[in-house]
Amino acid sequence: MAAHSHEEHTHAQRVSFYAKTLWVLMVLLVVTVWAGFLKLPDWLGIAVALTIAVTKATIVIMNFMHVRFSSKLAWLFAGAGFFWLIIMFAFAFADYASRHWEPVQGW
Amino acid sequence: MATITAQTGTERINYLNVRTTVASWLLTLDHKRIGILYLLGITLFFFLGSLAAAAIRLELATPKGDLMTSDTYNKMFTIHGVLMIFFFLIPSIPASFGNFVLPMMIGARDVAFPRLNLLSWYFYMIGGVLATIALLKGGIDTGWTFYTPYSSAFAKGEVSLAIVGVFLVGFSSIFTGINFLVTIHKMRAPGMTWFRLPLFVWAMYATSLIQVLGTPVVAITLLLVAVERTFGIGIFDPNRGGDPILFQHLFWFYSHPAVYIMILPGMGVISEVIATFSRRRVFGYHFVAFSSLAIAIIGFLVWGHHMFSTGQSIYAGIVFSFLTFLVAIPSAIKTFNWMATIWKGRVHWEAPMIYALGFLGLFVIGGLTGLHLASLATNVHLTDTYFVVAHFHYVMVGGAIMAYMAALHYWWPKMTGRMYPQSWAKLAALMVFVGFNLTFFPQFILGYMGMPRRYHSYPEEWWALNLLSSAGASILGLGYLLPAIYLVWSLKYGRIAEKNPWGARGLEWEVVDTLPHPHNFERTPIVTRPAYDYAHPEEPTAIFPAPRPAYVGGGGKDG
Repeated sequence: MAAHSHEEHTHAQRVSFYAKTLWVLMVLLVVTVWAGFLKLPDWLGIAVALTIAVTKATIVIMNFMHVRFSSKLAWLFAGAGFFWLIIMFAFAFADYASRHWEPVQGW
Repeated sequence: MATITAQTGTERINYLNVRTTVASWLLTLDHKRIGILYLLGITLFFFLGSLAAAAIRLELATPKGDLMTSDTYNKMFTIHGVLMIFFFLIPSIPASFGNFVLPMMIGARDVAFPRLNLLSWYFYMIGGVLATIALLKGGIDTGWTFYTPYSSAFAKGEVSLAIVGVFLVGFSSIFTGINFLVTIHKMRAPGMTWFRLPLFVWAMYATSLIQVLGTPVVAITLLLVAVERTFGIGIFDPNRGGDPILFQHLFWFYSHPAVYIMILPGMGVISEVIATFSRRRVFGYHFVAFSSLAIAIIGFLVWGHHMFSTGQSIYAGIVFSFLTFLVAIPSAIKTFNWMATIWKGRVHWEAPMIYALGFLGLFVIGGLTGLHLASLATNVHLTDTYFVVAHFHYVMVGGAIMAYMAALHYWWPKMTGRMYPQSWAKLAALMVFVGFNLTFFPQFILGYMGMPRRYHSYPEEWWALNLLSSAGASILGLGYLLPAIYLVWSLKYGRIAEKNPWGARGLEWEVVDTLPHPHNFERTPIVTRPAYDYAHPEEPTAIFPAPRPAYVGGGGKDG
């Protein structure tokens, strides 16, 4: 347990670790801009943009926010944030998806 | 049971006298002082919001719009809503009483992040000042809901400034939530297991979950309104390719659970007060504890009931309606368990208990009328009428503020070391109960008859009920003014309080001094009994492992 927490500490404080993370994010930023100029179909453009965005967010959460080095409880709370995001999207999109449905006859 | 023995001159060191400069308050990291700072700020905004409410009821005392123009009236109810929701109700119990008692209740010396705690107060105050400036610089007329596209494309006034104020107070709320979650998880005293926690702590835990998971959404949503307003980027305005109903989804995703941020801490207070003044362990402790979590979780799944008549899909409406009915279950669990606690309890009729009983009556009416609004068919008839206004005031004022007043009277001796006059306090509780019902019950009838909200004039036939409502508001106002007088009076002239004036169980009463020590406990207590163990009055809730040395000041490293 003590060795584990020492390891966490070392990882969290190494400057090169943050520098590398920053560089990866910068590269992904360039990829985002580059992808924006490609003439992709709408659905593919959105898929590419969202994939890059999720990757960037994951890197920030794992490295800058130290979730990678944190306890299971911190993972649980970080996961809960995303689960709640899914709830928000699911219910809101359910509204948009069903807004033009015709009423069932006999209701 | 040992007590803190070190003294400064003849007076024991406590959180009030340890340092007395203004800077010592403004830079304090003590959770108790931060709780008091919040209490002062919250009282200020409650007063300002009440002035707007008084102006509204004065205008509605007559059918014609003879006191103010419709435009001014719009600004007045916006001031009332913004100040009362964001700057009073949401932070009221968590930030003031939560900060003050929660660490003591779990046997901790402070919250997990004291600096973040202080920062949250500064965010709250700066946000409050910005919003007040916006409201005073001509005001805003969007209503507290900032509905788009009116707020983002048409409304005049300082909408963006008010939004920045609300944005900041949102982060203040998130900071408080994070602090309490980590504190409850990590800083409980030895022996303070989850099922020995006072129910107030369970309620605060559930509240903090909502604050952390929901508040970022409304903060960013309101920021998007400001972005659309300032830069003309189409997000919610249909003329620019946006969708106004998207705003409502995002806004209510937080703002409906926000109702539970207001009421859950109140429910926690009621559990404490009812147990103390019934001298009985809360009946169905586990059910009451888990019902707080159930309310927090289900509360996130029902926001669409605010949108039944605004263009949302009828199928989504059916699902949201069904889920809304489910919220009634954990709420009813709490209410029945409180009743069962009082039943066969040895009830003591002190002022906090009177407020708690008032809460029960009013919250039940507020909750049950929510079912009328959860039902799709009746909702269409009642949407945007005074029925809705009456319903949410029964929950927020009748519920949350009654609980807030109960908390204020319950923990006042611990906060100030003074007692207040019981007879005046009971009279005030009675006046609030009567005044409240007189104010808001007629509004159910008015709403059912079709009187719409947010208009400054109305047909003659609704005059009598409106006059009754305004008269009730006067009594209600006096009911709130009275405690302001006798509580301030008690600071100087009130009887010196005993350490545990109510004979309550719990660390904050049994272990902590009359006025708490700056670090709450000289040494960390070991909790040996469950909460509310009134069946075994001879057994202390906590023990100390070894004789405690005299306190020598400055805070030790133990515990």
